[in-house]
Amino acid sequence: MKTLLMNKSIFHEWQNKSLDDAIYECRELFEDTTFPTVERWRERGGKVVGHFQVAFPEEIVHAAGLLPFKVRGAPIEAVQADSRFGSYLCSILKTSLELALSNTVPLEMFVTHPICDAARNLGAVWGRNVSYPCQILYLPQNPNSPHSLIYLRGEYNRLKRSIEEISGQTITDDALRNSIAVFNENRLLIRELYEIKKNTPWLVSADEAYVLVALAGLIPREEHNELLRTLLPQIRARGNRTQDKVRVVFEGGFCEQPPLDLIRAIARLCYVVDDDLLIGLRWLLADVALDGDPLTDLAEAYLEKSSYSPVQHDLRKPKEKMLLARMRNARADAAIVTAAKMCEPGLEEQVAYTRALDEAGIPYFVGEFEESMTSFDSMEIQLETFVENILFS
Amino acid sequence: MPQTPTIVGRGNRDGAALFQRWFTELNHTAASGGQAAYVFVMGSLAELLRVFDLPIVMPEINSLQTAVRRVAHEYLDQAEDYGYSPDICGYVKADVGVQLRHGEHPMGRIPLPSLAVLTNACNTYIKWAEIWERMYHIPIFTLDVPGTRACGKQTWPGEPDFENDRAYVLAQVKELITVCERLTGKKFDIDRLRETLQHANVMSRGWRRVLELNESRPSVFNALTDGTIYLGVSNGFRGTYEGAKYFNDLVEEMEFKAAQGIGTMTDEKYRLVFVGVPCYPIFRRFNELFSEWGGTFVSSTYLWFAAGGVAQGYEYDLRRPLESFAEGVLIYVRNAMDSMFYQEQALAQVIDRFYVDGVVYHPIKSCRTVSTGLADSRRALMASRDIASLFIESDMMDRRVVSEAQLKNRADAFFEGLASRRVAAAR
Repeated sequence: MKTLLMNKSIFHEWQNKSLDDAIYECRELFEDTTFPTVERWRERGGKVVGHFQVAFPEEIVHAAGLLPFKVRGAPIEAVQADSRFGSYLCSILKTSLELALSNTVPLEMFVTHPICDAARNLGAVWGRNVSYPCQILYLPQNPNSPHSLIYLRGEYNRLKRSIEEISGQTITDDALRNSIAVFNENRLLIRELYEIKKNTPWLVSADEAYVLVALAGLIPREEHNELLRTLLPQIRARGNRTQDKVRVVFEGGFCEQPPLDLIRAIARLCYVVDDDLLIGLRWLLADVALDGDPLTDLAEAYLEKSSYSPVQHDLRKPKEKMLLARMRNARADAAIVTAAKMCEPGLEEQVAYTRALDEAGIPYFVGEFEESMTSFDSMEIQLETFVENILFS
Repeated sequence: MPQTPTIVGRGNRDGAALFQRWFTELNHTAASGGQAAYVFVMGSLAELLRVFDLPIVMPEINSLQTAVRRVAHEYLDQAEDYGYSPDICGYVKADVGVQLRHGEHPMGRIPLPSLAVLTNACNTYIKWAEIWERMYHIPIFTLDVPGTRACGKQTWPGEPDFENDRAYVLAQVKELITVCERLTGKKFDIDRLRETLQHANVMSRGWRRVLELNESRPSVFNALTDGTIYLGVSNGFRGTYEGAKYFNDLVEEMEFKAAQGIGTMTDEKYRLVFVGVPCYPIFRRFNELFSEWGGTFVSSTYLWFAAGGVAQGYEYDLRRPLESFAEGVLIYVRNAMDSMFYQEQALAQVIDRFYVDGVVYHPIKSCRTVSTGLADSRRALMASRDIASLFIESDMMDRRVVSEAQLKNRADAFFEGLASRRVAAAR
């Protein structure tokens, strides 16, 4: 059953098409708020585990033959979910729950994380409104403790047992290693895509790259690997010409996602040479080891080979210093420092980011967004002015 | 009855005096440039920090004091000018204001931090401590306490998942001891820990008993107003002789009042439960919106979670102090978190045991930890109990979000509904 599911494509529209047409199909899938690939997976008898932003050990779900679905909200109206929450809240929580309440994305299990004060409520709220199991995965907030590795290994093992109950089968170490290998390849391919963004940003726009990465949360990783393996060489072979654009880093997309049109608007004005959009899909920065205890290897990678975000506390990774390092690595001229509306960690981090950028003398643009916003005229004009100031100064 | 004049009201009088003493001592520490530990109410670890003679500063309490004293807006404005958004926690911003003023506060001068110790009971604690780290380059220690994974799925000693959590907490406690030794130059003394744990045990036992005693009719204290005084002592004096004695005395007072039928109100008409965080900018007036109708708060989730979950009554085993301390921290901080995220079952029990007429939900803009799930929790409670409820939003700090007239309209309508229910029930 597991092999059968993995071998049958649930997203085939892009195949045998030109690069532009293939990317168009990817965008169509990304923007489809009915999440058709989940439906196709289920029609074939597959089960789905939804996991909320940011980082999640998808390999454990994959090893059980289930589809890990990244719950990241959607630009939809929270018709039912709105009444489950208070007024002063980010949008992603409401629209994510709406996907469940409206049965747009049926799940067998939902996992959230205590990434912020709002999201840690999501497990309880979700659990009161659906019949399938909902739980919180307690990723360590003290990764500086030497004991955090043992703890996280135990927490992953607890999650593994829960997933085994859902799938009805034992997850073997070999199955986990196989899944880790699949995800290692995926991470490598995404890193390659980001290298293209960084070194030759005229070959792939920010919105194109974003869509290509985002599909990882919607389809089996084997399919995503095939997609990237096919398209990356075509992107590299594009004949696009370089333009006179400012190189920027976009920061603030670690949880709630800005509308695709906003990313497109930014891409019209700037080369986005690095970002933290959907950082959970790129959380692990290097291959996970394949030769040890797989849960320990996954835990070790989370703690020792990972990126940064405002919702993970690690004394070794002061966020403002990490942002400056990201900018240096990407040879960025400026930063776009955003936060989702009502996103407390994002808004708090903005202060540290902007102060560090001030000290470093790096120009930056500050903004807020919401996943459902449709008008960017004002922001576009401000950003255009910002960019022109840099270009002509 | 010569006892009555002295014992009744003693908890409030002594509580206010102790609170003043705490801040006076902090003023002395600030003046002398002594070391101080910044901690939070949910998982203060005061029992351990007192072993190293570190004065305890609770920035949440400092912040709410600015609101009670009606100067919060000055501090909030300063933090917003510094760059912080109007949409983040008001406690954080008021504290940023205090720090930018080098500790200047309506209750004197607050010492600057030498160390910050926090748990993950509130994620904002973590972001808050990062601000101090950037300002002062002090050690900050996050004691990560894994919470309940799903409603009703708490694990307990002996279960593998609990043991995994306990080992993690214990390891961190030991690491914190090393940090404290390095900072203070003092060697960890396990007998002193035993002593502070013993005081904490007395306090936890007392807290639990005091909360239970409000089952009495009439209620012996108002959980929103009097309870907040007790809460201040619980947090500021945890692990001390004074704190233990205070709660022993408080139990005596409440037992006396219960036995004598002395209520907190002369004419108690409606028994209410408060869910959320108090409206500190109009603290007294907020309560009057209810007391004017004869309503009193017999219980409050605030007293559960803002006491760090200690009212759950966990008592340390003094024969194995360190291990038991870690286990206790895990259990009661988890309990504090459960009081915010999974409180509807506990509320249902309170409704039954405390003869409750109505539940008042007060989510606030400033605190997503407490407020995010309250609307849904209310729906669940309404489905399980035939109980009237009121859902009113304002803030714990920011008077710009507090509309007294609107609150009064809603409260009045709520009481009219309660009166109608009572009439209907009598038919």
